[in-house]
Amino acid sequence: MSSRLFESQRYMRDRLRSALRRGVVGVIDIGSSKISCLILKVDVERLDAHRADGLGAQGGLDALRAIGFSSTRSRGVSMGEIAVMDETERGIRTVLAQAQKHANQRVDQVIVSIAGGQPRSYGVSGEVGVANGEVSAMDIGAALAACDMPSFGEGRDVIHAQPVNFTLDHRTGLADPRGQVGARLSVDMHMLTVSHAAIRNIAHVVKRCDLDLAGVAVSPYASGLSALVEDEMELGAACVDMGAETTSVSVFLKRHMIFADMVRLGGQHITQDIAQAFAAPVEDAERTKTLHGELQATGMDDREMLELRRIGADREYERRQISRTELIGVIRPRVEEILEDVRASLDAAGFEYLPSQRVVLTGGTSQMPGMEDLASRILGRQVRIGRPLRIQGLPLPATAAPFSATVGLAAYAARPQDECWDFDLPARHGPLRLRRAMRWFKENW
Amino acid sequence: MQPLIAERDTPPPAPAPAPAPKVKRDPAPSRIRYRLGRLWLRPWVRAAVRIWIPTLVLGGTGWLLFSQPETRAAIDSVYAKAVDAVRERREFRLVGMSITGASEPLKAQIAEAVGVAFPVSSLDLDLGQVRERVEALAAVREARVSVVGENVLSLNVIEQQPAAILRDGADLVLLDTEGHRIAQIAERGVRADLPLLLGTGAERSVPEALALLRIARPIVGRLRGFVRVGERRWDIVLDRGQRIMLPEKGALSALERVIALQQAEDLLSRDATRIDLRDGDRPVLRLTPYAIGEMTRQREPEPQGEET
Repeated sequence: MSSRLFESQRYMRDRLRSALRRGVVGVIDIGSSKISCLILKVDVERLDAHRADGLGAQGGLDALRAIGFSSTRSRGVSMGEIAVMDETERGIRTVLAQAQKHANQRVDQVIVSIAGGQPRSYGVSGEVGVANGEVSAMDIGAALAACDMPSFGEGRDVIHAQPVNFTLDHRTGLADPRGQVGARLSVDMHMLTVSHAAIRNIAHVVKRCDLDLAGVAVSPYASGLSALVEDEMELGAACVDMGAETTSVSVFLKRHMIFADMVRLGGQHITQDIAQAFAAPVEDAERTKTLHGELQATGMDDREMLELRRIGADREYERRQISRTELIGVIRPRVEEILEDVRASLDAAGFEYLPSQRVVLTGGTSQMPGMEDLASRILGRQVRIGRPLRIQGLPLPATAAPFSATVGLAAYAARPQDECWDFDLPARHGPLRLRRAMRWFKENW
Repeated sequence: MQPLIAERDTPPPAPAPAPAPKVKRDPAPSRIRYRLGRLWLRPWVRAAVRIWIPTLVLGGTGWLLFSQPETRAAIDSVYAKAVDAVRERREFRLVGMSITGASEPLKAQIAEAVGVAFPVSSLDLDLGQVRERVEALAAVREARVSVVGENVLSLNVIEQQPAAILRDGADLVLLDTEGHRIAQIAERGVRADLPLLLGTGAERSVPEALALLRIARPIVGRLRGFVRVGERRWDIVLDRGQRIMLPEKGALSALERVIALQQAEDLLSRDATRIDLRDGDRPVLRLTPYAIGEMTRQREPEPQGEET
């Protein structure tokens, strides 16, 4: 693999490690509707402590303490990607300054999520002979290097490349083969690519805010880390993060993300539908959706009248009344459409073959009443609404479903998943493809 | 009556157009503000701005000012003026000294010992020191020094009372009851009321001598002096060259015995030069040669004991 890719990714890892050692790290979630920032104080000793159930280092979340939080309306972001650099920079400055003030602590290293960029998942595998009988990190590196790279097209960058499964001489399902004795080692790697421009802009905006980028994670991954409970991650579950302009899907099995996808539809589209259907200002439509939006019409809803301004109305009395049933009639088809896209995406991922098929909905749109019922009907699976894991000191607003990705980034900061660049790879294996695709790292750092 | 021509509907007054919705200002900090805010969160920057820079500026300015001799001199003079202004106030001024409880010559002595040139500020005067100086005088047993109203230093002196006169070589020295020397006198006649003490170590046994004097009250007219012999016992010298030799221990009872003999037998009127009581068992008399002769002469017809 490309040595430059290695250097840049390792540079980010070093940054993260030094931030953890220093005890303070920030996470910034750049979403389509809000930008939120969380400043975490890290208890280094507890972070390194081993778990009693033998799953390696402690999950990490209990070593974290949220000391600063702030969230602001997102600006200059569309479809999870940066559309206006200046505006986004202002948004990041706002949240970071507020959170720093809240924490009374300066933050230099931040982990950022990328909500857009059309992530695409690839499962690849590689096989090598074990060099010295005992599997070492070098062997894992060699196996990872031996993976055949799919052609993921121009303008795409690998953002995650995580070994998810190891097979050692016909024994599969190994989480950590190091130290085991065997002859042939094969590895399954989950590789996620996002659009080059999206991630490059994110890196650039962080740089413009005088911050060090200590890691990038796609938001479906971050949401999954915080909205799924451990058993769901172990047995297999999908996390559907219903954001404002994008709905992202991630599938977890054996504590690894094995698939991620994104549907470019979200709550904002529902608002636009309402605004169009009733010729109402977008602001009012959003308000009506939030306060009165529902998915299941009942007889009662016919009699419940809501007031909406008309678009372009400059007089107070120019209001129209709609019944709640009408509102539901506008909202529901759009939600159904979103969920159907999610189902298509899950089908493409082969979700039905997982041992457990729970679906966890999270994100702002998932808070709409009736979402659980509708989703379980359309997706045909057990569905629950997931809220982010609790971190010590997390303020109450941040414990709601819209902040799953933010809190998930905190989990990612505490225990970053092994990526292929955490292993030493033999230099001679170097797929040109990947090297070229990761050129942005060299250009940015 | 209802008019037949229908009135034209007056259009309702056009309502005021709704005010344009206020556009909220972006709360984003400007880039400069953002950077300064982040800089301010660095602990050393905070410490520098809050503590070190003010300290340095204040300290440096102070040092600069203070390092100039003119400034220092000015400060000193202002301070001295302030102190003087207080010291020179009328309330602190002492114009004289009043000495009570001392005889005239002692007053002059005390005034000399105090050695203060009036007028003086009471703030400059160390009353404790004045007291020590006055009490250092032998003739002063105790002195109370105070500044009480009226701008006068008042000295209340209790004089040492002389109890005896010691002849020390050619000098006559007044002693108090403890044997401390008080003053010299020119001649014995000045204090004829006091007993005269002689001999080495006499001044160390003044209380005993005074006790003896009290016992010797009946013969005080004949008393000439007390002589300390060998620094251990007293001789009482009477006129006519008589001498009572008292023992080292029990001198008082021995003298009482002599007085008793005097009152009973008129012992001291007899022709004896020494009445020796050093032997506790019996007193011994030394007679004049004439008396011895008289005695032997009288003993011929009727023998008479030496003792009485």
